[in-house]
Amino acid sequence: MATERQERTMQEVNDSGLVGDRPAGLKFVHVEADQAVAYITRLRDVQGYTHLVFFTAIDYIEDSLFRLTYMVHNYDSRQDMGVQVDIPRQGASMESIHHLWPHAATYQRELKEMFGIDFPGSPGVDDSFILEGWTGISPMRREFDTRQYSEQTYFPRPGRVTHDTAAYMKENLYPSEAETW
Amino acid sequence: MKESNMDGLQSTATETEQQLEDMAKEMRLANDGLSEQDKGYFCDVRPHRVEPYKGIMESFANWARSQSLWILGFGTGCGAIELRPLMTSRFDMYRYGIQARPTPRQSCVFIIGGYASVKTLKRIVRSYEQMQGPKFVLGLGSCTVNGGMYWDSYNTINRIDQYIPVDVYIAGCMPRPEALLGGFIKLKQMIREGKCEGMNKYIDDFDWYKANQKQIIHDWNMPDYNW
Amino acid sequence: MVEMAKYDPRDKFPPVDAGSGKSVYNLHSGKYMKVWQGPQHPGITGNMSLELTVCGDEIIDCKTHVGYLHRGFEKLMERRRYIQCFPLVCRICVPEPDFNEYLFAEGVEELAGIEVPEKARWYRALTLEMARLASFMMWIGGQAAAFGMGTIGQWTVTMRDYVLDLFEELSGGRIYHMYIIPGGVRADLPIGFALRVEQTLEQIGKVLDDVELALMHNAVFKKRALGLGVITPSMVDEYGITGPNARGSGIRRDIRKDNPYLVYDQLEFSIVTETGGDAYARTWVRLRETRQSIDLIRQMLEKMPTSGPFFQKLPNVLHWKIPAGQTYRKAECTRGEYGFFMVSDGTELPRRIYVRGPSYTHAVTLMEKLAVNVNIADTAGLMVSLHTYPPEIER
Repeated sequence: MATERQERTMQEVNDSGLVGDRPAGLKFVHVEADQAVAYITRLRDVQGYTHLVFFTAIDYIEDSLFRLTYMVHNYDSRQDMGVQVDIPRQGASMESIHHLWPHAATYQRELKEMFGIDFPGSPGVDDSFILEGWTGISPMRREFDTRQYSEQTYFPRPGRVTHDTAAYMKENLYPSEAETW
Repeated sequence: MKESNMDGLQSTATETEQQLEDMAKEMRLANDGLSEQDKGYFCDVRPHRVEPYKGIMESFANWARSQSLWILGFGTGCGAIELRPLMTSRFDMYRYGIQARPTPRQSCVFIIGGYASVKTLKRIVRSYEQMQGPKFVLGLGSCTVNGGMYWDSYNTINRIDQYIPVDVYIAGCMPRPEALLGGFIKLKQMIREGKCEGMNKYIDDFDWYKANQKQIIHDWNMPDYNW
Repeated sequence: MVEMAKYDPRDKFPPVDAGSGKSVYNLHSGKYMKVWQGPQHPGITGNMSLELTVCGDEIIDCKTHVGYLHRGFEKLMERRRYIQCFPLVCRICVPEPDFNEYLFAEGVEELAGIEVPEKARWYRALTLEMARLASFMMWIGGQAAAFGMGTIGQWTVTMRDYVLDLFEELSGGRIYHMYIIPGGVRADLPIGFALRVEQTLEQIGKVLDDVELALMHNAVFKKRALGLGVITPSMVDEYGITGPNARGSGIRRDIRKDNPYLVYDQLEFSIVTETGGDAYARTWVRLRETRQSIDLIRQMLEKMPTSGPFFQKLPNVLHWKIPAGQTYRKAECTRGEYGFFMVSDGTELPRRIYVRGPSYTHAVTLMEKLAVNVNIADTAGLMVSLHTYPPEIER
């Protein structure tokens, strides 16, 4: 039963390739970077998506882009709309939306610190929000290896042994199932 | 008053005054010449060891200290969630003589509740140094021991005893309030036996602790010793 | 008789810039002082700090500093398999961990196409309501203690401990349960559980009556909390305010009613609102919601199915590859809208899991706006009335 579901899911993979207990009110839309703010303004003013739920980014390092996701919510139709914008990873920057929602400035501040995406004009965007005295690359970027950084910086206590269960199972219990599923 | 039999003393008094004046001219404060802002931060005082009393005085003092452990009210991490049941009527810690105090000046036990991020570590060091001795540290949870489940995180430290001396570790994630009380009882036992010399250990290895702290805390805008 | 000029201390307050709403002041003039209501402070929920600029006793500017509890969850979860993420996930919001587990499980089930049996959905809803109850009990204690009434905290936190006992019986852990996992729940209800839950709920009901008498009809609390931190209805959407903070201003929104999840469409309850928008109204809303939680738990125990599986067997979780997709799941936790945005890319490791905590907007932008013209003594009460828990701000 699970395998049939998987196959169905793989085909519908685009924006809402999901089965199961999905609430009906979620949609994802892909918009170009230069039209994004105008689109969101129209969503807010004309179509009633007045609540900015969150604003975050996904790092697709293999395609060399950041996918920004603005999630807005319409309280009348009870719909969530995820507006996704792709921006290049080098010199990432995007127009600010703090004039639409004041609290967007906080999200933008965090994105600048964590991903390195600049939002020119956003109030306080250069202030450090979460990290203090951080001089390396933005930590949420995928090229930053957190385990290596932790081992080098933070004096790990010797004696930690890893018994990787996955490796054990692959070799000893389910050798035929290794790498296939 | 100038009197004949006080002549000798009077001249000594003037000599001492003169000496003091000379010394004052030569002696300059170590933060001379710094900007106004830095003068306030600068403090070159090093902590000095406090030797314990001898014999029965120390036993009595240790007994008294163990019966009245006042903790610092600083919820540094996850562990703070189990401090609330500890403080209220079910697992009442007040009957053990343990109270929560709002300032480091009035407390002698610092409970490091769980993981410490770099930002929190700076405040932990600062609060710990402001506490009056003799002072004790309780490490709560597995994150203080070896980093716990955030061992590979870029923002949490792995071992708190590299930065401040720890007396008792209480294992768990989160330890139950009964485990906390058990930890306190162990601490009291250790204090009565005279084994909790964390403050003096900090002072003896002061340079090593400071070097470790400065390696982690990049934004160091406080004196070396926050007394 | 000489006429004394009327002295109004606000004459020395600095002017307010109309554009940003912030005061314009010169720190070197000697009239203002900066006070840190810092991380080591009894009047702070958790570990965050407020940098207050005060003129006398009244605040003219407030800046929230967070980041003391940052563990880098989102980065850690990108390194762990889905089943390894779930013990990590419940520690994002410390006092109310079940919502994290539930939303993570729901997201994974949606992406992987797993159906959860009916009985498991009831158990999940029961766990969530019990978590809400425990969290509200602690909040009431915190709110009363922020205004000096420590006894109420002693009552309610003790009662919360009995709810934690029930959790321990159910899942083995007091604080971090790890009970709701992808596929269902981890164990069946123990025998006699419903009876013990009912006994605890009765005790809690009685304590809530006492709390209502001692707190809500208390002259000191009324004088301090009425008019403190007024949220107007127009601010709600502008500042992204959800949950009891919005309902205290008369906005009728509740995710359990508007976008029902789990079994909430089969339960009877109404949305609790108050007009007034100040700390007093919010306390009323939360007290009533605590009673509502008790009622909901009773309804669930009555209506839930008694037979059937509680777990859908998962494929080999250590080699579990979830197909590519993205989803956003949300739930109504005690503080507001709690959401998980999950993106998978067909491998064993998640691509991105973003946690949307309600305190993100409440503690930073909203607090900075509401703290102006509040006494230093009342800031703790204001902050607790917004029910902010720092761990979910910086995750």
